[in-house]
Amino acid sequence: MGIETEYGVLSPGRPMANPMLMSSQVVTTYRALVQDGRPGHPPARWDYDDEDPLADARGFHLDRAAAHPSLLTDDPSQPAPSGPASAQVGAAPTGAAEVPATPESLERPETEDYDDPSAANCILTNGARLYVDHAHPEYSSPEVTNPRDAVVWDVAGERVMLAASRHLAQVPGTEIVLYKNNVDGKGASYGTHENYLVDRDLPFATLAELVTAFLVTRQVFTGSGRVGLGQTGDEPGFQLSQRADYIEAEIGLETTLRRPIVNTRDEPHADRTRWRRLHLILGDANHLEVATYLKLGTTSLVLWVLEHLDDLAAVGVPARAELSRLRLADPVPAVRRVSRDLDLTAELDLADGTTATALEIQRRCVDLVERALAALGSDEESDAVVTRWRGVLDRLGADPMSCARDVEWVAKLRLLERLRTRDGLDWDHPRLGALDLQWSDVRPERGIYHRLLSSDAVDRITTEEDVARAVHHPPTDTRAWFRGEVMERYADEVSAASWDSVIFDVAGAASLQRVPMPDPLRGTAQHIGRLLDASPDATALLTGLRGDA
Amino acid sequence: MAGQERINPQNDDRTPDDDAEAPAPAPQAADRDAEVDSLLEEIDEVLESNAESFVRGFVQKGGQ
Repeated sequence: MGIETEYGVLSPGRPMANPMLMSSQVVTTYRALVQDGRPGHPPARWDYDDEDPLADARGFHLDRAAAHPSLLTDDPSQPAPSGPASAQVGAAPTGAAEVPATPESLERPETEDYDDPSAANCILTNGARLYVDHAHPEYSSPEVTNPRDAVVWDVAGERVMLAASRHLAQVPGTEIVLYKNNVDGKGASYGTHENYLVDRDLPFATLAELVTAFLVTRQVFTGSGRVGLGQTGDEPGFQLSQRADYIEAEIGLETTLRRPIVNTRDEPHADRTRWRRLHLILGDANHLEVATYLKLGTTSLVLWVLEHLDDLAAVGVPARAELSRLRLADPVPAVRRVSRDLDLTAELDLADGTTATALEIQRRCVDLVERALAALGSDEESDAVVTRWRGVLDRLGADPMSCARDVEWVAKLRLLERLRTRDGLDWDHPRLGALDLQWSDVRPERGIYHRLLSSDAVDRITTEEDVARAVHHPPTDTRAWFRGEVMERYADEVSAASWDSVIFDVAGAASLQRVPMPDPLRGTAQHIGRLLDASPDATALLTGLRGDA
Repeated sequence: MAGQERINPQNDDRTPDDDAEAPAPAPQAADRDAEVDSLLEEIDEVLESNAESFVRGFVQKGGQ
């Protein structure tokens, strides 16, 4: 699993500053910062060979010419523009590309690729990717195996952005402030996407049908809160979720327009015969660590249940039937309805003609997950997620305002309500909007979340030591370890990398060497650590890998 | 984690407070208000002094 976050970007006092250029400065500044003192080797490029943003999990392929330009994110020579408010796209069926399975030689290009500033890219030693996506700097976390690690490497991304921002602030006229949020209150939204590795045997239609009610209602504990209703925020008020008003479809390929509850992009970045990557775009950027932990943990557990529907049926847990009964009559309007339901009492129409509140749907999900784990075997980490999940649902049911330490929208609403009472402010007062935006300022001295953190008003999952280490070091138990470690040890010999490959350019070799990583769970410290430790340079590493193969 | 990546069932280097604990009991309403008031005093000092122009100037391009 992993999280991609596009950050809001602002240059104080320079309202006309070009956001693509600013995003590029963030990336190139951080790149220069971490390469401090190293010789001027060209930075490793992103390898787009395995990217296919138009492959649809429903079994077809969006025709390139028919796709909206903002979806064409796999061609660095033509960066994708931002999405419009609305557009029409069509689809045409074609075949899917094969993923290479063995190490291979590549022709060395005659000339260096043109390094387009709007395609600025940095592969970090922690296995993450920092780059410009549309008009935002984006931190794509390394792959992790559990929700606690997801939090650690997500918060590490906040520190990466902070480091770039701090460095830029030292030069007069280049100050750039970064915000980990999803809306500007003028109509624009930018994403925080979650990715989950899912067994390919689970049919996509089943997954989408049975996961939707869970996704629509999880915002009761994952929402980060937003001042303003409607895409442009022109209606005064407060809602649970940043993204709810931008979700306009039940299912679909788009990410920049007509955003869906379940995204169908079928770009597994892994062996596509074994896995798919469920790409979720409806979630909020979270600062509260418990919110991120629960978002990834609960979603992962529900997906695990979906992967085991038959196993569960065999042991007397009718998961398919139970999830089927939770199907919503009309999921897209339900996203908004839940987001505006501050008392958590709104009844949602279910497809079977009954009704249920968001909390009731979540309780039925946690009950099911708990029985499924009991039947098929649980582990400590899964039990910990279930305990927190159930606990937060119980407390939200008793008194939502009692959850200010671990539910982000509650933490934000509590401050806003008290500010409104104290100063007699209506919901459209700019001080409330300012507090909402400043909530996500990554600078500890300015960010409102950071004020809560330093006052010990919110719960933490991580420690500062965990986060500081994760800024520079990869998780040890996924292929991100290999990606991060080769960037740390052999950066000058890495020509390009991607989620599922590293391309080496070794002096004296006749061709480039591409190491594919189609298995996200190989390339771990345990799997390959000794080989790396025994390899003083990339030549030795490649020789060792060939011996392995 | 019984997620899609079932490879990390035992992770003994976690600190004890990583796992779900019973959260601290919710304080009484009056205590809560006092706590929020003191947070707000701190926030008053960092909140943009010209909130209106800050909010108006916060303009982003759409992303994913």
